[in-house]
Amino acid sequence: MTGPARLAIDIGGTFTDLALEVGGQLVTAKVLTTPAEPERGVLAGVHRILAEAALAPAAIGLVIHGTTLATNAIIERKGARTALLTTEGFRDVLAIGNESRYDQYDLNIALPEPLVPRHLRYTVPERLDRTGRVLRPLDEDAVAALAPRLAEDGVESLAIGFLHSFVNPAHEQRARAILAPLLPGVPISLSAEVSPEMREWERFSTAAANAYIQPLMARYLALLAEALSRLGVGAPLFLMLSGGGLTGLETALRFPVRLVESGPAGGAIFAADLAAAAGLARVLSFDMGGTTAKICLIDAARPKTARSFEVARIGRFKKGSGLPLRIPVIEMVEIGAGGGSLARVDGLGRIAVGPESAGADPGPACYGRGGTRPTVTDANLALGRYDPDRFADGRLVLDTAAAERALAPIGAALGLDAAMAALGVVEMVDETMANAARVHAAESGATLAGRTLIAFGGGGPVHACRLAERLGIDRIRIPAGAGVGSAIGFLRAPVAYEVVRSLYQRLTRFDHEAVNGLFAEMAREAGGIVAAAAPGAAARESRIAYMRYVGQGHEIPVKLPERALTAADADLIRTAYDAQYAAFYDRPVPGSDIEVLSFALTLAVPAPPATPAPPDPPAFAVEASARRLVRATETGRLHDWAVHDRAALPPGAHLSGPAIITEAATSTLVGPAWRARIGAAGAIELWRELP
Amino acid sequence: MTVPDALTRIRLQVMWTRLIAVVEEQAQTMIRTAFSTTVREAGDLSAGIFDLEGRMLAQAVTGTPGHVNSMSESVGHFLRQYPAAAMRPGDHFITNDPWIGTGHLHDLTVVTPAFHDGRLVALFANTAHVIDIGGLGMGPEGRSVFEEGLTIPILRCFEQGRRNETFFAFLRAGSRLPVELEGDVYSLCACNEAGARRLSEMLAEFAIDSLVPLAEFIFENSRSATLAAIAALPPGRVTAEIRADGYEAPVTLCAAMTIGAGAIEVDFAGTSPVSARGINVPPAYCRAYASFGIKVVVAPEVPNNWASLQPFQMRIPEGCILNAPRPWPVSLRHVIGQLLPDLMMGCLFQVVPERVAAEGSSCLWNPPLRGGGAVSGPAMGNRRVIEDFEVITFNSGGTGARADRDGLDATAFPSGVRAMAVEATENVGPVLFWRKEFRPDSGGAGRTRGGVGQVMEIGTLGDLEFACNAVFDRVQHPPLGRAGGLAGAPGVVRTRNGQSLRPKGFQIIADGDRLVLELPGGGGMGDPLERPPALVARDVRDGLVSPEAAERLYAVAVTAAGTLDEAATARLRAARRGGRSVDRPRGD
Repeated sequence: MTGPARLAIDIGGTFTDLALEVGGQLVTAKVLTTPAEPERGVLAGVHRILAEAALAPAAIGLVIHGTTLATNAIIERKGARTALLTTEGFRDVLAIGNESRYDQYDLNIALPEPLVPRHLRYTVPERLDRTGRVLRPLDEDAVAALAPRLAEDGVESLAIGFLHSFVNPAHEQRARAILAPLLPGVPISLSAEVSPEMREWERFSTAAANAYIQPLMARYLALLAEALSRLGVGAPLFLMLSGGGLTGLETALRFPVRLVESGPAGGAIFAADLAAAAGLARVLSFDMGGTTAKICLIDAARPKTARSFEVARIGRFKKGSGLPLRIPVIEMVEIGAGGGSLARVDGLGRIAVGPESAGADPGPACYGRGGTRPTVTDANLALGRYDPDRFADGRLVLDTAAAERALAPIGAALGLDAAMAALGVVEMVDETMANAARVHAAESGATLAGRTLIAFGGGGPVHACRLAERLGIDRIRIPAGAGVGSAIGFLRAPVAYEVVRSLYQRLTRFDHEAVNGLFAEMAREAGGIVAAAAPGAAARESRIAYMRYVGQGHEIPVKLPERALTAADADLIRTAYDAQYAAFYDRPVPGSDIEVLSFALTLAVPAPPATPAPPDPPAFAVEASARRLVRATETGRLHDWAVHDRAALPPGAHLSGPAIITEAATSTLVGPAWRARIGAAGAIELWRELP
Repeated sequence: MTVPDALTRIRLQVMWTRLIAVVEEQAQTMIRTAFSTTVREAGDLSAGIFDLEGRMLAQAVTGTPGHVNSMSESVGHFLRQYPAAAMRPGDHFITNDPWIGTGHLHDLTVVTPAFHDGRLVALFANTAHVIDIGGLGMGPEGRSVFEEGLTIPILRCFEQGRRNETFFAFLRAGSRLPVELEGDVYSLCACNEAGARRLSEMLAEFAIDSLVPLAEFIFENSRSATLAAIAALPPGRVTAEIRADGYEAPVTLCAAMTIGAGAIEVDFAGTSPVSARGINVPPAYCRAYASFGIKVVVAPEVPNNWASLQPFQMRIPEGCILNAPRPWPVSLRHVIGQLLPDLMMGCLFQVVPERVAAEGSSCLWNPPLRGGGAVSGPAMGNRRVIEDFEVITFNSGGTGARADRDGLDATAFPSGVRAMAVEATENVGPVLFWRKEFRPDSGGAGRTRGGVGQVMEIGTLGDLEFACNAVFDRVQHPPLGRAGGLAGAPGVVRTRNGQSLRPKGFQIIADGDRLVLELPGGGGMGDPLERPPALVARDVRDGLVSPEAAERLYAVAVTAAGTLDEAATARLRAARRGGRSVDRPRGD
C-alpha cells in the first residue's frame, strides 16, 4: 500500500499517544502529556515517531488530532470568563436544570455549578412562541446597552440562548449582529447553531460550554498548527469529533464543544475497525484502564451513537450529576472501575469497588510507592494473575506481600483470608461492570448474548473472560497495539459531520415537503463542512428520524431512505417504526399515532476500508513457557496454570485454558472453559464451547 | 471459613448486586415505554422484586420515595386475594386503590409473577403515576374518593398473556385520555416482564432454583446494618411539630419519636383530624415518607427492602389526616405527606443535629392548568376561548439548609421527580411561561442559607382565560429554620394584575391576566451572623440576596455589585451581637 503517511495524535490526561501509518505499516509512540503547553508534548512525540519510522516531516500527508483538553477545561473550570444572554424571565435556566437531585438518599449532595455564574447571566426582552412566531420583539436597544457592561465585567466569551430559537434563530442572530462589532475579540456562540434542538436547559448548557472552551481551544489549535508547520509538517490538520467523525480546523474553531470526549471515541472506532476487518456483526467493546472502564455497543462495525451526554459528573459517575451537552456523540458507559480502583467493605458487609481510585500516585499497594489501600490490581496480583517480576516489562517489580497486606482488612471484615478477599474483589468489580453493560443494553434495546467482546486497555484482557461469562458472551478478541488504541482509531475515522434539527411531525398528517426542505438545509450545512475538510471526495449520506408514539417520552432512531420523501412514505416510515419498536420493547401499542421529534443527517466520506484479516494460519499447539499457581474464581482454590509469552506466540498458535498470556502492558486470562489462538493480524482470539 | 463457604458468601454478594441491577433494568424499561409525562419526564415511578411472602427484596434506585414501602405493603394485599399458588405465567394483576396501592387513584400498581423452569420464584411489582383516571382530576376538590376518579380493585388485567377485555373496556371508558392510559398499563406489564426474564437468566447462570437463601442473606445483612445505625444514636424520646396551611383550616402534624434498642418508633398522636378535601393521607403513604425521612438521616446507605425498613415503626391514630379511612378524598395526599421528612428531621435534629437539614419548601408546587370549554364554556359571539388543554408541570421551591452546605435552589425534596423543559411544556398545550427564574431573598438566612425558591408567571396564547386547580402549601406557614436559622420566604399565589388567589382549589385566571406563583425558599441553619461575609457578598453579587437583606439579616455591608465593606461589616456584627446578648459578661 502506498500513499502519504497519516499521523494520529491523541492527547490524554497522562500520556500523549501517536500512531503513524505509512505504506501499510503502523508505528506507534507514547510520550508524557505536558498539560501547561500540550503542543510541546506533541512535538516531542512527533520527533520520536518520525525518527522511528525514518520519515521526513514533509512525508506526512494528513494529521488527525483528538484531545481531552476541551473536557479537562470544563472539569477543571479553566475556560474563559463566559456570559450568557437570554430571554427576560429566564435568567436561571442553567442553574435550575431539571430541579432534581441525582441521588435520592444523600441529603448532602452538591449540584454542579453552571459554567456561567448568575452575575454573568443577562436577560433582554424578547419572546417567541413554540412555532417561532414573535410574541415580543427583541429589544435591540437593551441588547446594545449590555455591551459596556459585558466589557466592564471582563467577559471573554459570550453565549446567546433564547427560548424556541431552534425553530426561529432570528433573535439570536440579530443580537449577535448588534453585539459583535461592540465587543471585538469576544467570540459569540448561538444556541441555535451549536445545538438546534428543543429543551432550553440542554441547548443553553451546550452553547455555554462551547463559549467557555472556545478561546482556549482557538489559542491551542493555532499554536499546534504553527508548531507543526515549524517542524516542517505542512499537512492539513483534522480534528476528531465526539461523534466519531473527522472535521477540519474551521469547524473545530466554531464548535469546539464537539471535540469533547474525542479520545474515547477513537477507542470505539479502533474496536469498530477491528470488527469490520474480522467480519464481526455484533460487538461489545470493553476498555478498562487505571481509573475507569468504558463500554460501547458496536453493531455492523458502527459504534452506537447518542445525541447527548453529560460532562464533568461530580457525583461519582452518577447520572444527572454533570452538565448536559446535546451534541452527537459515540455513546459509552463509563464506570468507576479500573486497575487502580479502591476496594472496601461497606456498612452492609459487602465488598464495594471504586469509584475512588489510588490513581498513578501512590497507585496500588503492590507498586510499593506508599499505597496501603487495596486496589483491583492488588487483587489480581494476589490471585496469581500477574508475574510480579515481569509487570510493565519488568520496569516495576510488584510486591505481592504488600498487596496481601492491603487486602487483609477486607478479609478480616468478612471472615475471609486475603486470597479469598482478593477473589471477592475481582468478582464484585466484574459484576459491577457487567451490570453497567446490562442496564446500558436495556436502555438501548440491545441484547448482549452472542456478541464478541473486544477488550483492551491495561485491565481489559485480565477481566474479559469473567465479564464475558457474566454477560453470556462466548467470543473475545484482544487486539494487538491496544495500548494506543484511540490514536489508531483516529486513523480509521471517516471525515463526517452530523446535523440534528428538531421539527415536529405526526405521521397521520406528515408534511413530506417540510421534511424534504429541512433535509436539504441540513445537507447544505453538512456538505459545506465535509467539502472543506475533504475537497472533491464522494460523501455518503444517511438520514434518521427520532420517533415515538404520541404521548411517549423517549424517541427511538429510525432510518429513513436517502432520497426526497413523498406522501406515500408515511406508511413506509410507520412500518419501519413498528418493527424497530418491537425490537426494542416486544410489545407494540395498538392504535397509537406516531410523532417525529427531530431528524438527523450524516454526511461521511468513508475512511479507507478496513484491511480484511488475512486467512487463518494453520493451527498448531504451543507449549507453555512457564507454569504458575493461580487461584480460580470457579473453585476458590489454587490450580497450576500454563503461562505463555505473547511476543513468542506466532499467528496460528493455539492453546487451551486455564492459561495466562503475558505481555508488557497486561496479561490475558484464558479461563478454564476457554481456548485461545493467535489470529493472522496478531489479535488473541478466545472462545468457549458451552456444554 | 472454608473455601466453599467463602465462595458461597461471595456469590451471595454478587447476586444481591445483580438483583438491584435487575430492578433497575425494570425501572428503565418503564421510563422508556411509559406514556404519562409524570413517569417518563418526571420519574414518578418505582419498581421492585418481592419474595413469595410479599417481602421486598430489592428496589430500583430510580424512582421516588413516596412509593418506597407503600408499594412494599401493597404486594401483600395482592397475595391475599390471589394466592401465589394460583398464579400462572403471563398473568398480570393491577390496582389503583389508594388504601392498597400508593395513596391516590393516579398511581397504578401492577404485580407480575416470575417463573423459572416452570416454578414461581418471585413477584415483580411497579407503580407509575398516570395522567388521567377520570373523576375531578388531580386536585383537592373531591369530597370523597368516589369523586376523584375510577377505582380499580385488585384484578387480573392479563390472564396467561390474554388481555382482560372487560377491564380494558372499563378503563378506556373511565378516562379522558384512554389511549395513553391503556399504553401505560402495557408499559407497566412490559417492565415487569423484563425483570422476570432477567431474573430467570440470573437463576440459570448461578445454577439455583430458589431465591430463599439469597433473601435470607439480604434481610439479615440489611437488618443488622439498620440496627447498627440505630444503635449508634443516643436512645430517648423526642418530639416535633409542623404547621401547614391545610385546606379549610391549618393542619398540625405531631410526632413523638422513640429511639430504642432495635427500633425507631414514631407516634403521630396529636395530629389534626382528616380534612373534608383531598389532602388526606392513607396510612401506607404516611409510613413511606416518614420512613424515608428517618432513613435518609440514620441509614442512607442501606438499600431499601423489607428488612431495612422494618425497624421503623409508625403508630398513626385512625381518623387523623395521616391515616384517613376510606372513603375520605386523598388525591393530593402528597401535599401533606411530603412534609413528613421535615417532621422526622425536626425530631432527629435533637439527636444528630449535624446530619439533618432545615425545613424546605418540600411539597411540590405542581400547577394543574386547564383551559377551553371545560373552563370557559363554548366560544360565543366575539368572545374567544382558548383551545382545550390539560397541562401539569413539576416544580419546586428551595430545600432546607444543611449543616455544612446551603440548601438547594429550586430543587425537589423529598420527592424524586424532575421538571420538564418550558419549551417542551409549551409544545404540549397553548400555555406560555413568561417567567421562571430564582426568587431573590427567599432563602432563609442562616450560617448556611436555605435554597431559594423560584417565580413562575404563566399565561396562555393570546392571554385568554384559563384555570388553575391550586395544590400549594407553605403559604401561611413558611419552612422554618433550625439552630437560629431563619424561615424561608412563604409561597405566594396571585395573578399578575394583583389579585390574590387561594393556595388550594379551582380558580379562574381571567382574560388578559396571568398566574404568578412565588415558590417558597428553604429554611436557614445556624446564626446568620456566623455566615462568612464573603458568601453573603457572593449572594448579593448574584442577586440572590439584596444589599438591604444582607445588612438586616446577616449584618453584612455590601454594595449591589458585591463589594464587601469588611470594616463596616465588623462594626455591624459587633453591634448586633452586643445588642442580642445582654446577659453575656462584658469587657472580656
